[in-house]
Amino acid sequence: MAVAKLLGLETEYGIVHRGAAEPNPISASSLLINAYLIAHGHAPEAGRAAVGWDFTDETPANDARGGAPAGSLAPEIETHLVNAVLTNGARYYVDHAHPELSTPECADPLSAVLYDRAAELIAARSMEAVRMLLPPGEEIVVYKNNSDGKGNSYGCHENYLVSRAVPFSRIVTNATAHFVTRQIYCGAGKMGIETAGMRLDEAGYQITQRADFIEEEVGLETTLKRPIVNTRDEPHADAAKYRRLHVIVGDANMSQVATFLKVGTTALVMALTEDDAMGREFRFATPVAALRQVSRDLSLRQPLELSDGATITALGLQWELLAAARAYVEQRGADAVGGTVACDVLARWEEVLTGLERDPATLAAQIDWVAKLRLLEGFRDRHGLDFQDARLRALDIQYHDLRPDRSLAARAGLETLVDEAAAARAMTEPPPDTRAYFRGRCLQKFASEVVAANWDSIVFDVGEGSLRRVSMAEPARGTVAHVGDMFDECGSAMELLRRLGAAGA
Amino acid sequence: MAEREQIRRPAPSPREQSVEESPPASERGSDIKAQLDDLLDEIDEVLETNAEDFVKSYIQKGGE
Repeated sequence: MAVAKLLGLETEYGIVHRGAAEPNPISASSLLINAYLIAHGHAPEAGRAAVGWDFTDETPANDARGGAPAGSLAPEIETHLVNAVLTNGARYYVDHAHPELSTPECADPLSAVLYDRAAELIAARSMEAVRMLLPPGEEIVVYKNNSDGKGNSYGCHENYLVSRAVPFSRIVTNATAHFVTRQIYCGAGKMGIETAGMRLDEAGYQITQRADFIEEEVGLETTLKRPIVNTRDEPHADAAKYRRLHVIVGDANMSQVATFLKVGTTALVMALTEDDAMGREFRFATPVAALRQVSRDLSLRQPLELSDGATITALGLQWELLAAARAYVEQRGADAVGGTVACDVLARWEEVLTGLERDPATLAAQIDWVAKLRLLEGFRDRHGLDFQDARLRALDIQYHDLRPDRSLAARAGLETLVDEAAAARAMTEPPPDTRAYFRGRCLQKFASEVVAANWDSIVFDVGEGSLRRVSMAEPARGTVAHVGDMFDECGSAMELLRRLGAAGA
Repeated sequence: MAEREQIRRPAPSPREQSVEESPPASERGSDIKAQLDDLLDEIDEVLETNAEDFVKSYIQKGGE
């Protein structure tokens, strides 16, 4: 039986420091995050930093295939920049030259949508907070996209808990089949093309932001020679039992339906893979070329070549995956994939495939690339513009602007799946049903005694001379059901640690 | 090699079955047009005023 598909999203945001004489994205990112932390009580005492990240267990250079091929470049960890843990269990930090927010671990796809929306609200509040600190005429603005249109990309990564027992080669096969074809409803849309050797004006519009930047089938890198399937083997959990599938191929979505489908369908495909229930395997003759082909085929009708000589369209392959996922849930239930939420994923999945097959334009409220294309074409027609006009390129970027008064996505009539009030609460409240609950409650209640935290442990200083580390190697433990009462009853971190010790946790 | 693609046509969803209850197509069409017009009015208001400079200066470092 597949392990419960806990999941999370990490989003690197584009950042612009307007009005600055010499803008520096690293200091702008630090300023943005620190402004939020100060304004929202995450750095409560003067002179004391927010609870920081603990890098002790980070091993991003481990390769899921075992020994990494020669020439692989291990990601470096920057430890000197702002790096905070929030009371909702999220991590908010500067990564390279971008602000990045990693959601807490979520138990199902709808919870991931909620915390992704909470992350957008945190970014919006950060922009408001930093405006107070900047001189008049300056502003720091954050964009939830993945490309600057000039050949630079930054990621929106997904993470899924997977059993260690699954052969990695099987993950590669099924994940590749899904990642190449799910673009048709996950793509955020982009003007132009950024592949080396191709001119920007050779393609007017494509389905995804990321396909241009994916160059390998499988690999460890995330900043160059990016692969379709990333092999970073860093489970942030009991490594004997779990893998974490770290997905770097996808776009950041403004549409909640697209985010829901992106993580919901992928969780289902991973569960199928784990229980070896896929039935037929699909291998592309040239996966990277197929990925780009799908991104550039707005007709969704081009056949993709499989390694056995047959062909299939992206839509056709998605129908196959949906049929396999539906049969899986009928036979084995949905416990491993988010319970009733998985049934909603299946229903939505069918709706978007049906809509895409009939006329993609009918999905302008659900799918980002369709919503954005509608705006671009409408604006072009209204003003009689050439498709190369700078105003259309500006529109493409501003679709992803996270300022509520400037965001075009917020005006595009996108369907929402989560309540705004619930998303606002999720800015500070952890999900109740994963170990993020334990992390979040510790930060809410005992922040002054928490020295550092990371995904799978929290370090306390309760004034006994030595630091105490609490391990959280089981991502599904530490929920409100497990430890909710304990938090309500404990008046100090010392008491919490004593009770955890007594409970053998 | 033969095309092996099989597209499965699912049973109509409840939304499709209730299509007769919706307003006539022409009415829906003009609604959609009006909505898009309102949306484009808003975009005219909020879109970056100096698009050329904005697009040129939107430069990011690579990430991840």
